[in-house]
Amino acid sequence: MSAELGELSDLYQEVILEHSKAPRNFRKPEATNRHAEGYNPLCGDRCSVYLDVENGAIKDIGFQGSGCAISRASASMMTQALKGKSKEEAAKLFEEFHNLVTGDPEAMKNAADLGKLAAFGGVSKFPARVKCATLAWHTLQSALEGKEDETVSTE
Amino acid sequence: MTAVAHPVVLGPLSREASPKSAPGLDLAKIRGDFPILAEHINGKRLVYLDNAATSQKPRVVLNAIAHYYEHLNANIHRGVHTLSVRATEAHDAARKTVKRFINAADTREIIFVRGATEAINLVAQTYGRKHVGAGDEVLITAMEHHSNIVPWQILCEEKGAHLRVAPINDRGELLLDQFEKLIGLRTKIVAVTQVSNALGTITPLSTMIEMAHKRGVPVLVDGAQAVPHMPVDVQALDCDFYAFSGHKVYGPTGIGVLYGKRALLEAMPPYQGGGDMISSVTFEKTTYNVLPYKFEAGTPDIAGAIALGAALDYISGIGMDKIAAHGQDLLAYATETVGAIPGVQLIGTASERAGVLSFVLDGVHPHDLGTILDREGIAIRTGHHCAQPVMERFHIPATARASFAVYNTREEVDALVGGIRAAREVFQ
Repeated sequence: MSAELGELSDLYQEVILEHSKAPRNFRKPEATNRHAEGYNPLCGDRCSVYLDVENGAIKDIGFQGSGCAISRASASMMTQALKGKSKEEAAKLFEEFHNLVTGDPEAMKNAADLGKLAAFGGVSKFPARVKCATLAWHTLQSALEGKEDETVSTE
Repeated sequence: MTAVAHPVVLGPLSREASPKSAPGLDLAKIRGDFPILAEHINGKRLVYLDNAATSQKPRVVLNAIAHYYEHLNANIHRGVHTLSVRATEAHDAARKTVKRFINAADTREIIFVRGATEAINLVAQTYGRKHVGAGDEVLITAMEHHSNIVPWQILCEEKGAHLRVAPINDRGELLLDQFEKLIGLRTKIVAVTQVSNALGTITPLSTMIEMAHKRGVPVLVDGAQAVPHMPVDVQALDCDFYAFSGHKVYGPTGIGVLYGKRALLEAMPPYQGGGDMISSVTFEKTTYNVLPYKFEAGTPDIAGAIALGAALDYISGIGMDKIAAHGQDLLAYATETVGAIPGVQLIGTASERAGVLSFVLDGVHPHDLGTILDREGIAIRTGHHCAQPVMERFHIPATARASFAVYNTREEVDALVGGIRAAREVFQ
């Protein structure tokens, strides 16, 4: 991206654009035992997260819904990062991810530890977009806590 | 950090050029009246196209607020001291200005409120609670803002009444025959917008009011999006209530107007209780004050009312007919140029529209478009525009909305078009 768009290239990194166009695990897995609905009333974005949790570990994960490039890419990359992880690892990753997108200096320094998710570091320069990046994660948290019938809202 | 593969180069945006078009308006002078238009956002000159959310304020309005606090500030209607007299006179003068602006018959018909939302809630909670009972109906349209839906839902829920919704077609136009059929024996009030905030549709208000009045049903008009764009004459419309917000018509936030026909207002119970709205209070009995004070409990936003008066004087000075013509010219130009961008679908293509261009862009979510435009200093609204039922009607979660004001130019529309094209390239 050219310099004209400046910080935009930090927000819309290639990996994020690629995931938003071709999201991974964009499906409802055949076997699921946890599920939650996420909703951002500000922009109307919706996100359903489906989990198959076995022995405290995420055996399978998928998502569906409609949203902006940031929210779709975030959901897609989240599902990739969490497959096979324990509930505790997932919670820890969410915390680190949240710190990253809200511009926590420590998290920014250690961004590389987050692997591909480090691409979301640019979101911290766009405070209005933090909710887009975290919608899937909030929904995941709700699904893991077993709040089946509750729509989690970013508001 | 990894860069996106396709370089995006925005064409030169000639925002500094002298504004063209605009029949009879000195746009350069008008733009100079609005200090905030000199702001730079992300290094770019601000292009403010979110006027349906709130308009910017001319210097005369900012000065009116400062002048009030520097020279007049005192509580109204109570002091014998000079400042209180000055403040009361200025507040009364603002009410006269509003009366003139919407051509009400009487200043007593002008109630100052916080905004259109409070105006509608006031009518729902006073006229509505008195006249709407179990099994009765309130009729609205499918293109109302949440502020003209929820107050009626609250009322209907409390009373066991039903909310009826007149449908719209795919262009965003009201189905007038359906509307007429929905006015029934149980309809106690009709509440309709004059201009849709999400679609820009101008409703056939005179005909609608005639239809309702034939059946003896009063009509409340949500004029929040109409007042900035066209001359409004409440007597010619013959509407029973008319609500609008000051901040969308170049005035400050926190002040708005409810117009009501005097006979209706006289017969309505008060809204809130407190000081100013009473003539006498004992623990046994309170006598309510006369209009308009009956509906203005507590110390009002005195500076806000005075500044709203300054805003209305300002646009009256330019001329509402000229402002309307300029708005129509910009909207037509934007409809043509934005509509010509590949992948753009306009949402709301009614034959008569004002102020608002709502659209979706294939492959680019409105939120992403909003961020990309913001980097170019271009402010638009993205989302459901507090009109979720409208979004549902068109099966979309959100739209991007550009909305215009007296100070906008064709060059700014060109900047918008450039920004949308750039966004398409990012997401190609």
